[in-house]
Amino acid sequence: MNDTVTPAVPPSIRSRSLLPDTEARQKLRRKRARRDKTSRWGITIAGYGVVFALAMIFIYLFYEVMPILKGATVTPQATYNLPVQDAGLQRFLIERYEELGIQYTDDGRVTFFDADNGEIRSQFELPIPEETEITSFAHTEAIGAVTAQGLSNGQAIISRHAFDLSFPVDRRVITPKMEFPFGEEPITVDPAGMALEHLAIETVTRGRGGSLMAAITADNRLILTHLETRSNMMTGETTVATRHAEIDTVPEQPVKMLLDKALRSLFIADQSGFIYYYDVSDLNNPRLVDRYDAGQGSAITAIDFLVGTVSLIIGTESGELSQWFLVRDEQNINSLVRIRDFKAHGAAITNIAPEYTRKGFLAVDAAGHLGVHYGTSARTLFLEQKANTALIGVAISQVNNRILLLDANNQIQAAGLWNRHPQLSFSALWNKVWYEGRANPEYIWQSSSASDEFESKFSLVPLSVGTLKAAFYAMLFAMPLAIAGAIYTAYFMTPKLRGVVKPSIEIMEALPTVILGFLAGLWLAPFAEDNLPAVFSFFILMPVMMLLFAFIWTKLPIRKMIPDGWEAALLAPVILIFGYLCVVASPWIEIWFFNGSMRQWFTDIGITYDQRNALIVGIAMGFAVIPTIFSIAEDAVFTVPKHLTQGSLALGATRWQTVMGVVIPTASPGIFSAVMMGFGRAVGETMIVLMATGNSPVVNFNIFEGMRTLSANIAVELPETAVGSSHFRVLFLAALVLLALTFVVNTIAEIIRQRLRARYSNL
Amino acid sequence: MKAWFKSGSPWIWLNGGAVAFCMIMVVGLIGLIAVRGFGHFWPADIAKVEIIDANGNRQVVMGEIVRPQTITAAVARDGGHHIPEGVDLITRYLFKQGNRDQTGNDFAWHFETGMGEFQYPKDAFQIERREWGNFYGQPVSLSREGNVIATPNDANFWSLLQESINRSLQIHRDIHRIERGEIGRMNSEIERLRLDGRRLELSNPTAQQRAAEEARIAAERARLDDEYAILRVELDALYQSTRRDTLRMRMADDREVDLSLAAIVRITAPNAMSVPQKMGQYVERLWEFLTTPPREANTEGGIFPAIFGTVTMVFVMSIIVTPFGILAAIYLREYARQNLMTRIIRISVYNLAGVPSIVYGVFGLGFFVYFLGGNIDRLFYEAALPTPTFGTPGLIWASLTLALLTLPIVIVSTEEGLARIPSTIRQGSLALGATKSETLWKVIVPLATPAMMTGLILAIARAAGEVAPLMLVGVVKLAPTLPVDGTFPFIHLDRKIMHLGFHIYDVGFQSPSAEAARPLVYATALVLVILIVILNLTAINIRNRLRERYRSASD
Repeated sequence: MNDTVTPAVPPSIRSRSLLPDTEARQKLRRKRARRDKTSRWGITIAGYGVVFALAMIFIYLFYEVMPILKGATVTPQATYNLPVQDAGLQRFLIERYEELGIQYTDDGRVTFFDADNGEIRSQFELPIPEETEITSFAHTEAIGAVTAQGLSNGQAIISRHAFDLSFPVDRRVITPKMEFPFGEEPITVDPAGMALEHLAIETVTRGRGGSLMAAITADNRLILTHLETRSNMMTGETTVATRHAEIDTVPEQPVKMLLDKALRSLFIADQSGFIYYYDVSDLNNPRLVDRYDAGQGSAITAIDFLVGTVSLIIGTESGELSQWFLVRDEQNINSLVRIRDFKAHGAAITNIAPEYTRKGFLAVDAAGHLGVHYGTSARTLFLEQKANTALIGVAISQVNNRILLLDANNQIQAAGLWNRHPQLSFSALWNKVWYEGRANPEYIWQSSSASDEFESKFSLVPLSVGTLKAAFYAMLFAMPLAIAGAIYTAYFMTPKLRGVVKPSIEIMEALPTVILGFLAGLWLAPFAEDNLPAVFSFFILMPVMMLLFAFIWTKLPIRKMIPDGWEAALLAPVILIFGYLCVVASPWIEIWFFNGSMRQWFTDIGITYDQRNALIVGIAMGFAVIPTIFSIAEDAVFTVPKHLTQGSLALGATRWQTVMGVVIPTASPGIFSAVMMGFGRAVGETMIVLMATGNSPVVNFNIFEGMRTLSANIAVELPETAVGSSHFRVLFLAALVLLALTFVVNTIAEIIRQRLRARYSNL
Repeated sequence: MKAWFKSGSPWIWLNGGAVAFCMIMVVGLIGLIAVRGFGHFWPADIAKVEIIDANGNRQVVMGEIVRPQTITAAVARDGGHHIPEGVDLITRYLFKQGNRDQTGNDFAWHFETGMGEFQYPKDAFQIERREWGNFYGQPVSLSREGNVIATPNDANFWSLLQESINRSLQIHRDIHRIERGEIGRMNSEIERLRLDGRRLELSNPTAQQRAAEEARIAAERARLDDEYAILRVELDALYQSTRRDTLRMRMADDREVDLSLAAIVRITAPNAMSVPQKMGQYVERLWEFLTTPPREANTEGGIFPAIFGTVTMVFVMSIIVTPFGILAAIYLREYARQNLMTRIIRISVYNLAGVPSIVYGVFGLGFFVYFLGGNIDRLFYEAALPTPTFGTPGLIWASLTLALLTLPIVIVSTEEGLARIPSTIRQGSLALGATKSETLWKVIVPLATPAMMTGLILAIARAAGEVAPLMLVGVVKLAPTLPVDGTFPFIHLDRKIMHLGFHIYDVGFQSPSAEAARPLVYATALVLVILIVILNLTAINIRNRLRERYRSASD
């Protein structure tokens, strides 16, 4: 390497020696050593960098998935006194921006206070008529913010709190106000004018709209009042139309009444622990359907709906919490069913606060515990003692970031809440879950919908089953073809043909899957649907035809002209001609055996047939997997040491016997690893499944139905989900599952392959 | 027979059949794409046929015959068609009858029952339009400013028509130049001014600075407004003049329709064309397909932005993946101590080649786009927030994701090349006193270059065909601008790109008219397949030559 450097030699030294002097040589040596070092370090750093970058994939996916496992955390922020203490508390809330708390008291006042320190911001008085007092209280689902105060004269005041937002000087200012959706005049609930002891109200804004109230009067009558506002076309004046109905069966000692949002069901909890379920969908014929022993010996102390008013959360004196909803049986009869239990508190539940947009709730008990629970996943995310006395009130904001707790000493604790992913748990992802409105626990993937009250269904089972289904049919198609082809190519084929086949298979591997998917979806799927008999007859009869041709070939005189090793080339025209015949015969087969349409025939015998189904995916993805299996298996068979096979042939075994007795047993680990690699590829393939199936997340193995795989699901849903949401993280989890699965499968395959190589070199 | 079975040769035949079947699938698939893809550009004849249905209603249909199909009568009857008794099989034809704005459906199946003879009228025109797809009809007259200037009987009708078309195409180009070029440039300048204003607010300037800067912005804005007003006038004049000529056409059902020449891209009369003329037309259409942007929600026009986007992305990816892949491979093979840890790393790297590509997409979206891109935006593009600059899918993230995806391919291939170099060469160099790095860079790497090339080509082929991860990290169905253009900084790494593979998915599966889009998808697929087959064959060739060379070297 010295020639690359021309050392500057002083003329005085030149006379002594032609070699560079010591100093120059040392300089050069140092330079070379420096270069060597730089190179070493540079390459090492780059090497580590790349390894680290690849490891980052694992680390980052884990990092995004980790928050799923976290429970809830509560951080105390402030403690102060309840602003209004000279009247009984009816309700206790915190608004959406988490700035104001709201307190309803039984003297008809509504107080808005600063959630940070309890200072009163504004106060309203409800227009209670003279000489009456408030005897009962009810509210609709929290998001509607409508409340009703039952009066001692059989009337009720319906009001709603609302907020005006303004931004003077770039700061948000929230101005509370009270509205009266049915006017400031009280509404008559009991025409007889008795005091309303218990009250329930629910309002529907969708569809025709309307409100329903239920009340139990002082003389123990159960009254229903339906309210509807009508606006006069001419004057623009709105009038309220009321209709009344009475139910004769009334519980002895009612605790609380609840009406659902469909205005169909009324639930009354009584002190003995029973829930009375009334069907009030027909106001002319409201009736008691049944009663259920929810407390099982202990009294119901708190009850409320989860958002959507489908599920009831029932808290008992003994501290048990359970979720109930109506389940419709085959005869279309609803009954209230205990769906799941939550971690018990150990002391009487005093208050339940449902979340506004998810199926979660907070519960507080007489021993001062706060529990954060979630319906769908049956998770208890937080359960700790937050006060030394009983906690009697709890409020959660609409965005689930802040809570207010009220204890028996009228002290309010404001606290921050972190509870991002309560709906995910191992059982919610992998076990059957009983979702609202379903007849049974099921595996469902349905991640989003138009409605706020939607219960996200994050079961990974349909997706995993879909993935395995796609991979199964692909392997079913690819395995025999690829392995048989590999054995033939490696062992029987003439080198000339092999020189054509091998690159073709490599091209096959390189074909973009988007092209395979597009052909499968737009060409193969309609073709197969139109020519179903052709597809079946081709796959079933093809081997027979090959054998038939082979047998005839042995009898033909020209076979001497073509040596062994060209069987594949000879069979190609046979396959083409037979395939063509199948297509031509297809309509006739349909006419003769299937009344003219095989697809219709499938439907008639009760088999669902989708145009884009597992058969299509099997063929298309099989096509993508064949080269993977083929290349590795061919390599394994081809590299079986020659002396083994020659020994076998020398002992008189036929070529086929040699293959079965020597080659395949020796190469079987290699073939196995080829299959594993192929499986790994089939599991992760995205575009083919995305394009060649309907992407419906079904849980079955019907070859004529589609599926939705983990990978296709990611491709469809990830671009549209909110960053950091539970859905986002579940999709990352799906990616992690795919990564781990293929990584493990490939690692096993790779290790087997390396061992095999070592064994061959020892033989 | 029994002996024959015993000999095992039937099984050999079956194994051979498997190979034959695989080969037929590969060849058939490429052939199918080639035939359909190349066929798309051939000017098909326009057939006209009279159909009298069972009730005696007469209907005339004109258009290209896309394909005939034979179905069983039962299927046709299920579809609600009247098929005479005693017929088992029936043929139907899919007509591309165009005129979507007039009739509503541009593709229709017609049964052969009651169908008259196919006619191919010489004056049947196929008119490609800027919207509503093709128009099929026979010409009635050409008018200029409302006055008829030529009818098909005039000898100069065709030349007048071509002249009008060329004129309107020229005007269209002018309009495009003004709208895209000049007004586009103005828009970016206005956007820049807006950002300057935002930056000014964020930087807490003194009153003096603020006044100076605001005055500058106001002055520039005023200048731009003036320029815009001038252009606007020019544009209006151009738009006015495109409306000069109209062509009156008669459709198959004898209705007459006026088409403005402004909306016409090309008029051909395929029935009157000779084969050489058709070939000329074929080349013209093929060229147009490769060099023009798409029209009508990607279902018409060309795929130039998709080709350009794919090439740019692959190019940027190669720049990233080549040095890292090669250095990592050299590290693993030459520098790392060959112990268990290195073995684990090597197996892991090899396995990453088998990890589903969508996983890389998820990683790219989360880590590159949201994490890296989001932070870059916060640090350097604060003024543009909340509109993300790099915090959204784009070219650079797509390239980085694919670089990560193809890294194992380059590493594996390079390592293989390094391993093939006989150790005698290495030892020879060291024995002559060369340092390790000198041996490496002057002896080993030059010898392994073809292997690295192979790896890079395979990586490019893989990247060009990959779609799933790109859907997440930077590819869109329609990018308004190319990632490379004349405005500073010329290569816009933050822009979204179009991609051939995604184009296939999008046009084939997301477009409103699947039947109209299908030929275009085949043509696009053909381009992609040709690209990938060429790349792979090159790689295979290089590798095979390399093997030969070392086989002789090591012997």
